[in-house]
Amino acid sequence: MSDKKEELIALIRQASDEVTEIANSTPFGVNIKTESLLSVCELLYKNPAAYFDMLSCITGIDNGVEAGTMEVIYHLYSIPLNQSIALKVILPRDNPEVESVSSIWKSANWLEREVCDMFGINFKNHPDLRRILMPADWKGYPLRKDYKHEEYYRNIKIEY
Amino acid sequence: MKQQQYLYKEDNLIDSEPNKFRESELKSEEMIINLGPQHPSTHGVLRLEVLSDGEIIKEVVPHIGYLHRCFEKHAESLPYNQTIPFVDRMDYVAAMNSEHAYAMGVEKMLGISEQIPKRVEYIRVLVAEMNRIASHLIAVGTYGLDLGSFTPFFWIMRDREHILRLLEWASGARMLYNYIWIGGLFYDLPVGFEQRCREFITYFRPKVAELETILIDNKIFINRTANVGVLPLNLAINSGITGPMLRASGLRFDLRRVDGYSVYPELEFEIPIGEGKMGKVGDCWDRTWVRVKEIYESLKIMEQCLAKLEGEHKRTREFDPQALVPKKIRPKAQELYMRAENPKGELGYFFRADGKSDVPFRCKARACSFVNLSILPDLSRGVLIADLIAILGSIDIVLGEVDR
Amino acid sequence: MKGLLDQQFEHGGVIITKVDDLLNWSRLSSLFPMTFGLACCAIEFMSTGSTVYDMDRFGMVPRASPRQSDVMIVSGTVTFKMADRIKQLYEQMSEPRYVISMGSCSNCGGPYWQHGYHVVKGVDRIIPVDVYVPGCPPRPEALLGGILKLHEKIRNESRMKPAAIEQLIEKESHV
Repeated sequence: MSDKKEELIALIRQASDEVTEIANSTPFGVNIKTESLLSVCELLYKNPAAYFDMLSCITGIDNGVEAGTMEVIYHLYSIPLNQSIALKVILPRDNPEVESVSSIWKSANWLEREVCDMFGINFKNHPDLRRILMPADWKGYPLRKDYKHEEYYRNIKIEY
Repeated sequence: MKQQQYLYKEDNLIDSEPNKFRESELKSEEMIINLGPQHPSTHGVLRLEVLSDGEIIKEVVPHIGYLHRCFEKHAESLPYNQTIPFVDRMDYVAAMNSEHAYAMGVEKMLGISEQIPKRVEYIRVLVAEMNRIASHLIAVGTYGLDLGSFTPFFWIMRDREHILRLLEWASGARMLYNYIWIGGLFYDLPVGFEQRCREFITYFRPKVAELETILIDNKIFINRTANVGVLPLNLAINSGITGPMLRASGLRFDLRRVDGYSVYPELEFEIPIGEGKMGKVGDCWDRTWVRVKEIYESLKIMEQCLAKLEGEHKRTREFDPQALVPKKIRPKAQELYMRAENPKGELGYFFRADGKSDVPFRCKARACSFVNLSILPDLSRGVLIADLIAILGSIDIVLGEVDR
Repeated sequence: MKGLLDQQFEHGGVIITKVDDLLNWSRLSSLFPMTFGLACCAIEFMSTGSTVYDMDRFGMVPRASPRQSDVMIVSGTVTFKMADRIKQLYEQMSEPRYVISMGSCSNCGGPYWQHGYHVVKGVDRIIPVDVYVPGCPPRPEALLGGILKLHEKIRNESRMKPAAIEQLIEKESHV
């Protein structure tokens, strides 16, 4: 199992530098640089040794105001080779931007829209980035740690 | 008398959910049809904006979010065991499966997955499969209702009542159970449950055959659903489709076999895939047929579980289902993605625990209906509006999961 | 054995009653609910309408359009995005119209009261409600109990102006 991990890390190193393994992650995951996300994903999608054809989940995490970073985690799964990997990208909190992978996997379309809606992370080159779950004129990004909702929306009280 | 009253203005509707198509940009033969959030079908509050050329659809834009209940915010503010009722309410027709996946995820984080007693595992699989049957019954019955046939709907409601009464006898509630706890169960099965379950299985098997005869092999149903909404396998895998939709397109992929969680490796069951009997492989008829065949497989699994629960893992006086339920759930700092086979697809939970508190730092639910619904615009280009209803029904969505 | 209606008609086919009673009886015997299921309570509403806990014996047939329905059973969580649409549907129903709030999410926000930023804490912040049915979700028998309570409320309606309340309002406006 660990030699498979080494192979995958060696493969990812071809497309990006600064590849480190995430501690205590199930399934096995790596940190990569934000700029090399698209090339790493294309490599993992096309290379026959790591045929990751399904993007299961995109998660956004807000580390809080003191830490000052946000993370986006991509969970990929390969059906023929039965292996999973998690890719993590760390972004600064004031202006979080990352490339969209919806040109490779179609499932990224709605998953990235949801992350943008909840955290305010901008995905470049996304075909249709608008709010998906919250109303279009809602102010704020709800899942951030410092989110405080307004008093009233349409004159209806939000608190209990 | 309240001072602040809710004032209704027409512009509010456009502000909160703007349309994608504008009337000023339409050509002369096109029209915009709004299948609004309130509609006679039973799927829930989904809004479809349809740009059509007469009866033929050019593009469909689904608008969701009308049932967004902030599950992830609640999961970040409550301890792990108190989130179980919220997990129920996401996919409310198959609540036991959602609870099962969540409990397995947290147990894996705590490292106690191997110590769960076998009797608890078999009971969990038994109730999960019963709920899988209930969910598939709703999928098939309401699909018939969408297409215009009322009788199968009443038949499945009658049969589903038996399942709900059995589950109410075990857990106390008809639909949203709060039964599968982290580390065990809330209660043990009541005395006489296995006997009633066996009676239900003998009663129910011929009813599924009747349902097949009246709905699945019905000439009108075949005409409306065969060769409609064909989903090619490449598109399905690329769009992250899982569950009966993926199996109907020809791939024998079931997480109960691939991941082998809980006691599924010890049980024998087949995995039905779509074979294109009435049309192309992966059309709406195949998806419904795969669901009906899965009902038969779930009945087989239930019988094997009942045999184990009456034989090797009989109830004893000393058995306490809450024996391993931890008082304080404080996993070490880690990140975990746990996935399980919901009746509708792959339900995944991503946890990040920071090791310092008994509240998760982040808990994300990867909902199968959310990803499955995103393929609707691709499937419905160039079809008639009646076919759009058929395609939407065969995707089998539950809005509680789509919006969480 | 004669039928129920035949047993009532003993005096040669003539009934003497008040206009109030007749109108109230005809209204409550055929309340058409609007199919307005939002969330989990909608599944219990569907169960109430099906054969085991039949709703049809009370004369209730679900109608899809708000123009043709008498009662709106708000079953499920009300969110802010949906709030405008609920108000629009309520305005489209024609009088006499009633609202039953089914389940704790539409009564008071339900389990989402604490951290639900997108949940309206009770549908009575948007539209006036006649009967509240508690439960999460309420059993079909509980919903039928709520409908019977609505029947009681309708039975007490009257076409005459409520004189005492009119005098009270006059007093208040003068003060």
